[in-house]
Amino acid sequence: MGDESPNTGRWTGAIQVRFPQHVMATHRFRGQGTVLVKREGLLELARFLKDEPPMRFDFLMDLTCVDYLTFGASPSSAPALATPSPLPYSMKPKPVQETWDRFVSHDACRFEVVYHLYSSTHHHRLRVKVPLSSADPVVDSLTGLWAAANWFEREVWDMFGIRFAGHPNLKRILMYESFQGHPLRKDYPVRKRQPLIGPVN
Amino acid sequence: MFLNVGPSHPAMHGIVQIIVELDGERVLGADVEIGYLHRGFEKESERGPYNNVIPYTDRLNYVSPLINNFGYCLAVERLLDIEATERCQYIRVIMSELSRITDHLTCIGASAMELGAFTVFLYMIKAREWLWELIESVTGARLTISYGRVGGVKADLPEGFAERTRKVLEEVRRVLLECDTLLTRNRIFVDRMQGTGIISKERAISYSITGPFLRATGVALDVRKANPYFVYDRLSFDVPTGGHGDNYDRYLVRMEEMEQGMRIIEQALTRIPSGPVNMDHEGNVLPADVMVDEAKMGRVAGFKQARVRLDPTLEGSTRGYHDAVNAPERRAVLPAKEDTYGNIEGLMSHFKLIMLGHGIRPPAGECYSAVEGANGELGFYVVSDGSDRPYRVRVRPPCFTIMAALPELLVGDMMADIVPTFGSVNMIGGELDR
Repeated sequence: MGDESPNTGRWTGAIQVRFPQHVMATHRFRGQGTVLVKREGLLELARFLKDEPPMRFDFLMDLTCVDYLTFGASPSSAPALATPSPLPYSMKPKPVQETWDRFVSHDACRFEVVYHLYSSTHHHRLRVKVPLSSADPVVDSLTGLWAAANWFEREVWDMFGIRFAGHPNLKRILMYESFQGHPLRKDYPVRKRQPLIGPVN
Repeated sequence: MFLNVGPSHPAMHGIVQIIVELDGERVLGADVEIGYLHRGFEKESERGPYNNVIPYTDRLNYVSPLINNFGYCLAVERLLDIEATERCQYIRVIMSELSRITDHLTCIGASAMELGAFTVFLYMIKAREWLWELIESVTGARLTISYGRVGGVKADLPEGFAERTRKVLEEVRRVLLECDTLLTRNRIFVDRMQGTGIISKERAISYSITGPFLRATGVALDVRKANPYFVYDRLSFDVPTGGHGDNYDRYLVRMEEMEQGMRIIEQALTRIPSGPVNMDHEGNVLPADVMVDEAKMGRVAGFKQARVRLDPTLEGSTRGYHDAVNAPERRAVLPAKEDTYGNIEGLMSHFKLIMLGHGIRPPAGECYSAVEGANGELGFYVVSDGSDRPYRVRVRPPCFTIMAALPELLVGDMMADIVPTFGSVNMIGGELDR
């Protein structure tokens, strides 16, 4: 299915050539191209992707964030057993052409803000990721380019505590104002309780 | 004057607060507050194995839960690089389109009711009821269906499904014709809908609005056509578009999409590859509970040949059904029940997929996969770290972007126009707030 899915990997090389100073890496996994970009270059790259005719990524389809704090450290994420599994697999392993690896170490770049772009003229997609450190999780806001970024960025702020420089109204969206912490961070306990809000009755 | 509409308001189907600034009856500004139905879907998804997310996806868009199920399954399948069987893909198309029709029926019915057309609401809910009965006959539930599986679906279509569906669609067509007669040229309805809640093509794209809402502005963008998934590229259907981007066009687009959905279902029903054959012609037929009891005693001698009699909708699939609808990938798909109860390989296969710490293990990586939900592009972004539970599941809810544009839609209209505009947004709290 990988290669039949939208041809997302076509542009990653061209972008790397165009912005060598900003692009940290590119990769392609399951037919989906990804560009890792430094946060200084995000606005410039986004503007380029939006306006350049062969790209024309007019949709900011999705904007989210991943916290890589515990990546690979889950108790059940031990690698597959050294001995072959007893299951009679009917499938042969597929030849691996694509690679996907975490480009950076966990602590220096704990968060990755993920942008999914889509072009309604060419019907292609591209993923842009901006790694951020936990000490300084700030990235430029894209509200000037796409109106959709407004709420998406508010949600990422709410859930991950990523600040978006230049956002006109960066406040919580799903949680309430007095909520403490950012729930989708990996170090936020699932069972954590918060005090009740509202007038005491 | 400032006025609070909601969070709990009779004309708001869903809990949302709109703070409107009014000059007389004209809306000068609006502020939308969401999040009242936030349940931590994305956080919860990170806790359990991959299959445990499926019931949560039912509760995203609870008017068309099947599409969410299949959207999530498709994302995990793409991450695993497996593909469902052809029959399964047809089943998914049929069920998705049934869901889409129920979603549009609910949306139009509710909007019409809020504009005073209560009859239309009753007619449409009646039609939705027939469709839900169909869905119930396949999935065993009306709403919390949990029907999708990674690599397949829970069960095959029951017997006589095609005939019953054709009959129901005929009835639904009649209902739609009635509603069309009641609404489309109705002076009151047209006056309320036409020219209200306008959004331009450019603004809609800037807001990343998709689905019927975008198509009403004249952009013929549909994931089913643009990036076909399942077997949509083999079925012929049209993508209806509007021209004005107002409430009336959105109503017309949705009405036409239901017709196109029925077209798709009818084609899929004729083209679907045949399902299990010779189910009862060989071997013994054992009731499932007898089989379980026998297996507990270790009397599994004849089980390899035995056929088990299960209701395919309620108990999971038996071997004949199973092979037809599930991908031949034992690392992701549960074995048929005869194998689970009947032989050690099946039991271990089951164990390896169900027990904590085993389960489906996609390679470390990420995948974004989009399907056309009833409201627009429904995207699932799944990140795997190689463990048996998803590292991150992100839903791109289609009505989130539309709600972000809501203030722009409302400003300049009258106070009373909030009701049809909000109705045509088709806000679904479950997927909006997650």
